[in-house]
Amino acid sequence: MMSFISYFINGLSLGSVYAIIALGYTMVYGIAKMLNFAHGDVIMIGGYVVFTVVSTMGLGPVAGILLAVILCTVLGVVIEGVAYRPLRMASPLAVLITAIGVSYLLQNIALLVFGSNPKSFTSVVTVPSLKLLQGKLIISGETIVTIISCIIIMIGLTMFIKKTRAGQAMLAVSEDKGAAQLMGINVDGTIALTFAIGSALAAVAGALLCSAYPTLTPYTGSMPGIKAFVAAVFGGIGSIPGAFIGGLLLGVIENLSKAYISSQLSDAIVFGVLIVVLLVKPTGILGKKINEKV
Amino acid sequence: MALLEIDNLGISFGGLRAVDNFSITIEKGQLYGLIGPNGAGKTTIFNLLTGVYKPNTGTILLDGENITGKKTVDINRAGIARTFQNIRLFKELTVLDNVKTGLHNAYSYGTVTGILRLPKYFKVEKEMDERAIELLKVFGLDEEKDILASNLPYGKQRKLEIARALATGPKLLLLDEPAAGMNPNETTELMDTIRFVRDNFDMTILLIEHDMKLVSGICERLTVLNFGQVLTQGKTADVLNDPEVIKAYLGE
Amino acid sequence: MEKSMKINFRLNKTLRSNIITYGIVIAAYIIVQLLVNAGQVSNLMKGLLVPICIYTIMAISLNLTVGILGELSLGHAGFMCVGAFSSALFSISMLEAIPNAGIRFFFAILIGAFFAALAGIVVGIPVLRLRGDYLAIVTLAFGEIIKNVINVVYIGKDASGLHFSTKNAMALNMAKEGTVIINGAQGITGTPKNSTFTIGVILILITLVIVLNLIHSRSGRAIMSVRDNRIAAESIGINITKYKLMAFTISAALAGVAGVLYSHNLSALTATQKNFGYNQSIMILVFVVLGGIGNIRGSMIAAVLLTLLPELLRGLNTYRMLIYAIILIVMMIFNWSPKLIDLRKRYFHKNRAEKERA
Repeated sequence: MMSFISYFINGLSLGSVYAIIALGYTMVYGIAKMLNFAHGDVIMIGGYVVFTVVSTMGLGPVAGILLAVILCTVLGVVIEGVAYRPLRMASPLAVLITAIGVSYLLQNIALLVFGSNPKSFTSVVTVPSLKLLQGKLIISGETIVTIISCIIIMIGLTMFIKKTRAGQAMLAVSEDKGAAQLMGINVDGTIALTFAIGSALAAVAGALLCSAYPTLTPYTGSMPGIKAFVAAVFGGIGSIPGAFIGGLLLGVIENLSKAYISSQLSDAIVFGVLIVVLLVKPTGILGKKINEKV
Repeated sequence: MALLEIDNLGISFGGLRAVDNFSITIEKGQLYGLIGPNGAGKTTIFNLLTGVYKPNTGTILLDGENITGKKTVDINRAGIARTFQNIRLFKELTVLDNVKTGLHNAYSYGTVTGILRLPKYFKVEKEMDERAIELLKVFGLDEEKDILASNLPYGKQRKLEIARALATGPKLLLLDEPAAGMNPNETTELMDTIRFVRDNFDMTILLIEHDMKLVSGICERLTVLNFGQVLTQGKTADVLNDPEVIKAYLGE
Repeated sequence: MEKSMKINFRLNKTLRSNIITYGIVIAAYIIVQLLVNAGQVSNLMKGLLVPICIYTIMAISLNLTVGILGELSLGHAGFMCVGAFSSALFSISMLEAIPNAGIRFFFAILIGAFFAALAGIVVGIPVLRLRGDYLAIVTLAFGEIIKNVINVVYIGKDASGLHFSTKNAMALNMAKEGTVIINGAQGITGTPKNSTFTIGVILILITLVIVLNLIHSRSGRAIMSVRDNRIAAESIGINITKYKLMAFTISAALAGVAGVLYSHNLSALTATQKNFGYNQSIMILVFVVLGGIGNIRGSMIAAVLLTLLPELLRGLNTYRMLIYAIILIVMMIFNWSPKLIDLRKRYFHKNRAEKERA
């Protein structure tokens, strides 16, 4: 029983990372209507920035995360402006392939700068682990910080969208780009802001991911990126609470599968669950049903 | 027996009763018009008739056959074909191929026959080509048969959509605002074409239209729809002079 | 007389385009064979000949799904995987029973295609009910599932037949002389190397015949009508599910054939992220998009060029993938950005107008 709770909580922790990444994915998808395949790799860049600041330059983890957030935000906005904006009116497939190109680009830049050898990452979390129930249940500091960060981000994002003008603008653009523009909303700026926030979240996710799983390679961001995308679809793509729930569920399912069934099949099971969910509810758990006008 | 008998057709979307107690009888060979202000539910009725929506109440009998709630594909096989308010052509196919897809069920051969190019492929394709060109000639589109459908001017795209619907060999043809976006000359040409189709293809036609010139020019009977319900129906001249109808369109 | 002449001419136009495509393949084959016989081809390039055939078939078959059916599939490598493993299992099991390599390989190809088609149906039925991005992510999910599951499969053969397990080689409970064929994550070793460039080219030609003939037939028109306007296709009586499944299954079967070529080209076959994972599926998708969605000849050319390009850039080894990525991004923006397309059209017309005035 104890081990189940332990696996479950670790699953929540993993899920929290997925949720933070998924939030970025779902925001960009909902507002810019594109699959930012390079999102996972921005996470990896965030991880490397923290690594460089902390391990190479010796500055504290706070500086590391701050710098990572700033750099990734800039990176995200630049990528959007240079690679995605020219294709905004083109077929969605075109943007997807370009995003794939950006993904390769980021991976290969990291490869050139840092090499393919896995880097050992020093955790940015200084919170000690929690020992409950006379030491039978140990919750690592990373887990605590990750879960709490995720909740804070979720609340913060929801408030931002509901209470600020910029947030409302994002909502408008996600509903109808054309109408939003006619209402005087700066669509370009709103989309850039979306990428900025998404990339900032990616940086945080990178720091937390690498703290919990301390080896870092240029390909570290790829699979979590895909899984987070699965989580976003799972929860209903374009829905913020959906990304949150999808991410958490995915993390829990993955971890429980690893523990109780097979670590090799855990990915297959995660993907399998996704398929089953989509068959039952094709737009995801919290997704909206889209009716085609005839 | 009437060709189309609809009785007490109705559908709700959420809390909104979009169509209510809709009944109509159309005789074989009639040119029938469905008119009414925007949002009255006319296209919804077409969608109910063609299986895009399933009605909550009512029955639809086509030539005595109950097609209520059937799937679109089966309804087409039973004998109803339609055009759409926003033209739905196969944009990346040629004009000829658009009509040939309409002939999909009328002329068939197996997929393997097609891949292996067995003699039946050439025979049936030739028959399809001939039939398709025949149809295109009716609409004056045979010269443009190898042009991509998306490159046709608007008026011709509408005609192509009708040609494609006709290719499926229906008993009842539903035209959804066929004159939309046409100038007076094109509309007159369309009126002649519709009459030609009715006369030469043994066709019954139900059309939705806002263009009163066309409606009064070719429709023999009308049903007026307002807020999802039948306001009045009858001979065209009577309906168009009905003060209630004029009030519904122009407001008080 | 006039009418039938017009019809014949139209068939000939399509036929002409197809003949050019076949001609390119045959010409390329002849040229390569001449170069190989003259000793002008390095070992590196010789080793690329079969892979080029493999990726060409993958690109053409994916274009059937993406370009002709109009659905985005991110799991195409999964079907290649099914074809590869099923055919390798067959070939190794039948090494003694069918000593003639040619006949055995022929059957291996049929087996690979068959099981890949089966996988296509199993995946297609649930997947094709979804739309757009959801369909894409589920195809990716299936591709990953196939790859992961094969990594936990153990199949061995002894005197009493085939044994199957998902735990480990011991659980197969085989007699001492039994051999393990599929060894979980270690995959299959010892597949006979039956793939040759000639066979590869023949398979490319067969793939082309199947796909091109399908497109220009009644079923092809039905498939394309589903792509262009699903609702209209339904309204003229076309069975959407049947034709979606048809295109998807044929596409999967051809990917299976590519998989057979792949597994019979190596002595050690394993299912990794790199060869059967989503990275591979995405690579093929890049070929299809760059070659032109729906453009079968384009996919072929793109597959060949993009398989060669990283090898040709070997000189710039550390930078080559970087350059590849940059070329990809630049090409996409250049070819697909509506603003740049407009700019090009206006510039082109301006020049044309000036030339005409001059």
